[in-house]
Amino acid sequence: MEFIKMTNVEKVYKTGVTAIYGLNLHIKKGDFAFIIGASGSGKSTLIKMLYREERPSKGEILIGGVNVGKLRNRKVYKLRRKLGIVFQDFKLLPKLTVFENVAFALEMYGLPKSEIRQKTLKAIELVGLKEKAKSYPHQLSGGEQQRVSIARAIVNSPKLLICDEPTGNLDPDTSMEIMKVLEVINNLGTTIIVVTHDRDIVNKLKKRVILLDKGRLKKDYEKGTYDKNEKL
Amino acid sequence: MRNFRILARNVRDGFKNVFRNFSLAFASISCITVTLVIVAASIVGSWNVQNFTKLIRDDFTIVVFVQNKATEEDLTKIKSEIETIKNVESIDFKSKKEVMDEMKKSSQTFNNVMSSWDETENPLDDTYQVRVKNDEKISETADRIKKIENVESVKYGEGMVESMVSIFKIIRYILIIMVVGLIVVTAFLIVNTIKITIFSRQEEIEIKRLVGASNMSIKQPFIIEGLIIGTLGSIIPIIITIYGYSILYEKTGGKIFSQFIKLVKPFPFSLYVSGILLLIGVIVGMYGSSKAVRKYLKI
Repeated sequence: MEFIKMTNVEKVYKTGVTAIYGLNLHIKKGDFAFIIGASGSGKSTLIKMLYREERPSKGEILIGGVNVGKLRNRKVYKLRRKLGIVFQDFKLLPKLTVFENVAFALEMYGLPKSEIRQKTLKAIELVGLKEKAKSYPHQLSGGEQQRVSIARAIVNSPKLLICDEPTGNLDPDTSMEIMKVLEVINNLGTTIIVVTHDRDIVNKLKKRVILLDKGRLKKDYEKGTYDKNEKL
Repeated sequence: MRNFRILARNVRDGFKNVFRNFSLAFASISCITVTLVIVAASIVGSWNVQNFTKLIRDDFTIVVFVQNKATEEDLTKIKSEIETIKNVESIDFKSKKEVMDEMKKSSQTFNNVMSSWDETENPLDDTYQVRVKNDEKISETADRIKKIENVESVKYGEGMVESMVSIFKIIRYILIIMVVGLIVVTAFLIVNTIKITIFSRQEEIEIKRLVGASNMSIKQPFIIEGLIIGTLGSIIPIIITIYGYSILYEKTGGKIFSQFIKLVKPFPFSLYVSGILLLIGVIVGMYGSSKAVRKYLKI
């Protein structure tokens, strides 16, 4: 079943720069896909359109049947509640504890306290940070902080998890740990899209690899590796 | 229930944010405090001007002198004719005998001269003291009265009255413009101060948007914060108004410059002013926050 369906998507920024040209892409439910490409290849633009930070200039993006490009600004939050987003710089709130950072999203939805507590603890446990629930972000290592942000992204059991360079700030060992966490989440049925520059993790995981080049889809490998000949 | 939980959470967060970011909140609070003190002074000033203008205006009287030869009948006729003029509020009659008695009391010389007059000899005129509703039309009314038969002349402090009326009008307009202008300036200052404080919390707003918070639930804590900041900012101006004005009133005995200019009594006046200050603080704080946070939301 197609979960994400992109048809002839084109993105032209107001400055006149075209970031994506006529892109067609299908991602199935439960997939794990890497999006790779050199800087300026349109990776970030592509996922920004997925979580509707940007609108496509042409074409159509369907996520679970919803036309994301046509979503009004006021309604964007409804889409965001159904997906989780993880960033390179974690985007944690420094004045909140690990537990509060994860519970934060659910509180925004107005869930009852007991439900928030239960879901939050479950997510924190899944990323292996149960012991550090009361710590503040600055007391954690980079890898731990990234796990907190993953916990926050999955706490509402999203159908889709979008990761923008999740290991960009981490050393190779920690990066692998993060990828393992993502694999576990993927095995639970969540579709995962990871944008990355990290050759090692792509090669080790052997998942679907989507290669972008200057805004165009260049290659799409089912169980791919990072082609050494590709200049990235 | 869900919305209530969000509201309760946002109220809690609003309080938390004020105290967690107190150094920044302090900037907004002081900004509100300083401007509200000035607003308070102008409100107190304009209210007092308004008040003594009214007191002085209430004293404006047209004195109608009736011809000496007029009979009782003529007097009633004059009275009923004056009563038909729309602008007339009240008429008081003062007979020539009363006028004479007053004059006798006022000076020894008058007393000596007048004591020799008998009833029929009194050369003074009977008078009507006419109060008008609208003092701006006082000269018009006086002219109409003058035309009534058997009216000798009218006096209403011509020239002086008109110039006073127009001066008061100008003073009142200036003060109203000052108060309104100050409120607008305050709002502008506060919007900018709060913008600076919110600027430092852009990331928080961004994260909230990314995790799927609706615009309303992002805005709410900031608006509540604005409400708290506005309330805190109006405390000092309120204290200054209540205590400062009572002290001023006591020290001056309720009169400044002359017997003429009476101050408004401190209670409940200063409480009204405090209420207005609190209201301005709260509205401006909430408006400032919601306007400032709007910039960071894609609405």
